Amino acid sequence: MALVDPPVREPLDLTRARLSTRRRLADRAATAVISLAFVVALVPLVAVVGYVVTRGSGIMSWEFLTSDIPRQYRVDGGGMYPAIVGTLLTTGLAALMAIPLGVLGAIYLNELGRQNRTARAIRFLADVMTGVPSIVMGLFVYTIWVLRFERQSAFAGALALACLMLPIVIRSTEEMLRLVPDELRQGSLALGSHRWRTITSVVLPTALSGIISGAMLAIARAAGETAPLVFTVGLVYSPSWSLSDSSTALSAQIFRNASQPFAGAQDRAFGAALTLIVLVFAFTALSRFVASRLAIKS
Amino acid sequence: MSDSTPAPTALAPSPAAAPAVDAPVAHEQPTVFDVQGLSVHYGAFRAVRDVDLQIRRNEITAFIGPSGCGKSTVLRCFNRMNDLIEGARVEGQVRYHGVDLYDPAVQPVEVRRRIGMVFQKPNPFPKSIYDNVAYGPRITGQKGNLDEVVERSLRAAALWDEVKDRLKRSALSLSGGQQQRLCIARAIATDPEVLLMDEPCSALDPIATARIEDLMQEIKQRYTIIIVTHNMQQAARVSDRTAFFTTEVNPSSDTRTGVLVEYDLTDRVFSNPSDERTENYVTGRFG
Amino acid sequence: MTTLTPITIAERPDLTIRARGSRLDAAFRGLALAAGLVVLAVLALIAYSTVDAALPALRAAGLEFVTSDRWAPNAPDGPHLGSLAFVYGTAVVSSIALVLAVPVSVGIALFATEIAPRRLRRWITTAVDLLAAIPSVVYGLWGIAVLAPNITGVYGWMHRTFGDLPVVGALFGPASSGRSFMTAGIVLAIMIVPIITSITREVLVTVPRGEKEAALALGATRWEMIRGAVLPHSFGGMVGATMLGLGRAMGETIAVALVIGSRPQIVANLFATGDAMPAVIVNQFGESSGTFRSALIALGVFLLVLTIVVNVLGRVIVNRVQVRFRGAA
Repeated sequence: MALVDPPVREPLDLTRARLSTRRRLADRAATAVISLAFVVALVPLVAVVGYVVTRGSGIMSWEFLTSDIPRQYRVDGGGMYPAIVGTLLTTGLAALMAIPLGVLGAIYLNELGRQNRTARAIRFLADVMTGVPSIVMGLFVYTIWVLRFERQSAFAGALALACLMLPIVIRSTEEMLRLVPDELRQGSLALGSHRWRTITSVVLPTALSGIISGAMLAIARAAGETAPLVFTVGLVYSPSWSLSDSSTALSAQIFRNASQPFAGAQDRAFGAALTLIVLVFAFTALSRFVASRLAIKS
Repeated sequence: MSDSTPAPTALAPSPAAAPAVDAPVAHEQPTVFDVQGLSVHYGAFRAVRDVDLQIRRNEITAFIGPSGCGKSTVLRCFNRMNDLIEGARVEGQVRYHGVDLYDPAVQPVEVRRRIGMVFQKPNPFPKSIYDNVAYGPRITGQKGNLDEVVERSLRAAALWDEVKDRLKRSALSLSGGQQQRLCIARAIATDPEVLLMDEPCSALDPIATARIEDLMQEIKQRYTIIIVTHNMQQAARVSDRTAFFTTEVNPSSDTRTGVLVEYDLTDRVFSNPSDERTENYVTGRFG
Repeated sequence: MTTLTPITIAERPDLTIRARGSRLDAAFRGLALAAGLVVLAVLALIAYSTVDAALPALRAAGLEFVTSDRWAPNAPDGPHLGSLAFVYGTAVVSSIALVLAVPVSVGIALFATEIAPRRLRRWITTAVDLLAAIPSVVYGLWGIAVLAPNITGVYGWMHRTFGDLPVVGALFGPASSGRSFMTAGIVLAIMIVPIITSITREVLVTVPRGEKEAALALGATRWEMIRGAVLPHSFGGMVGATMLGLGRAMGETIAVALVIGSRPQIVANLFATGDAMPAVIVNQFGESSGTFRSALIALGVFLLVLTIVVNVLGRVIVNRVQVRFRGAA
């Protein structure tokens, strides 16, 4: 117990009580504002998705998904089947090119090169590459491929998408590889295995679910891209499965139809947007499922 | 410092130095490793210096000493695992049956296939129990019946009865002690001559530890074992020979470097050590 | 327990034989390295091919390319290739986007790390991820079909309310159609919120727990703790996050192209129609040829250089801050 008289604080007590209220109010206000931020972010999410779903389902039907694209914007009806085919084709091919290359590159970065100068340079450049605007990728493929072969093609579009996907796959794969505990590598090497076998038999299987999840996110991103395709993929009105011929894609079709004043074109744009959103969201959800359910529990 | 290293044991066993009854090692076992002038540097830092010792076949040799004295560093020299550390440099010689392991022509992968290692923290691969044990034989291209090899290894590691009905289950479903025995089974599946064990029981409870100590006594009939342990009692219980390391301050750089103080039969090291530092350590007078 | 017999080793084991698979090791390493070098190759090719294709226009336009705002590639008296109107548009639209997005993103990040209950955090992440997953063309479609037509009312109100203020009044001019710098800025803001939020969250998480708890133990309210312990620590990282968001905003093409109005002009009025670098490229590329097309590619190169500089700066700042605090924590 204090045997010394406490210092006289009468005037300060009142001030503190007033401060207390002010501070409390400031705290409440700040909390409210910060929480509001989250709500503000939810509004566009709900608005955009909600509107697309509502307007898109108006035109959504089996015929829409399987009919050709009308040659004239002002016509009503028709479908987006060729665009669906094109999106699947270009995105699928881009994935086939970018994912193996990206995984191998990430293996070099995390398992073999580590911190040597080449690895650090590649890591830096991959980061730079993620910042290249997608339209520049389109211009790039246009100049080296479309001009060279004098035609737009599904392959050219896939090439542009692959360039977009590559650095994303490298970064996400490298992160997953980094999560594999080093003790596992040491255990494998101590048994007399070479680096390549340690990587393929131990490291990769352990990181696999994370790698797949990252790859799926990259695919979802590529499926939604428009700018790389606009100059490279051309335009068709009926489905084309050939890689060397022109094609189209859901994203490109949405872009073309969006600025058209005709109701028919707008409807088709929203139908395509709904299809695209469903595709992209499905991949995003699948990617999260793979990451959490199929991850190796340690 | 070095007056008690190889000298006593290089001679024919003296009848006067009658060790305990269950010590077949008193008579001459051939040398498996012959280490001379071993020093290990990590970059500019010298971790351990001037180690001379010999490891004999079918003995359990323990490395003891306070932390930071380089016991694990020396252990990892025997299977070239120090290579994995950036900037690690080894001087001196580590001869394995006459072959200097650090000869430029020697392939580390070959070395590691003959000299197995068990780590401090059990590190089974996220695969099935079967695939963990079969991993080594598959690498060496062992053509024989894998099932047999797996069973033999698991029996030798005293794990067979507990897992024989669930070989296909994930290795991660085992308890800590079981996982470590699995790692031992995995290491001996390739039939290495030597087993290096880096504090194998430090992450385990006393019961699991006791089981592994029993295991070591059994398998030493076939393998040569070197164990690093910070648990003196374990070294006294389990090993035939003990090497005591400690650190010395380097006057110039104010860093500490590990040195080998004494290396002798375990009984002598614990009951009648030649060096005062050893005596201080084993009687607990210094940490 | 099986009885074990000692292993006998032949006198001098041959440890020099190349074990099976060592050639594979070298080949594997070479393959992985080659894959990594593809990044280098592609970047080099991008730089080379686009600059090469842009040269004709740059040579024709000379310095005018960066000093003039007159863009008339098909003028009868020769092509006029001044890019300033597009640079202006990109700058304005990105600035609007940052002004709108940064507070919201920081708010979400703070909400997620400091205020929200644990169970809500996953949903926040999900919501932000979904925002990021929506393709930009869908944002553009929504912008042109829903936002632009319906926001003119708001623009009109703001023009009437703020249009007469000194200095800032010029920003709030009359709105014609809904397509404008402002509309593009709003759509862009929505699109860059996810990236700024996620990086800010990473930065906020590295604030040492001890400091936060010390502030609270001294009797600070939560907001005072955030203001005193969390924000100062995270400021550098948030700057970096903002720059990365800026980089993303500058390069965003499709959504902007749809709602900006495609009329290159340098005016202060935020509600006026304008144009931006990536937007004009995608809108006019189809009908262009010769020097005109080369000029568009030159714009692309210009944009590439700007976005790379901003992105690299942003990443350097974020890394510098992260290293500093992860090392200390």
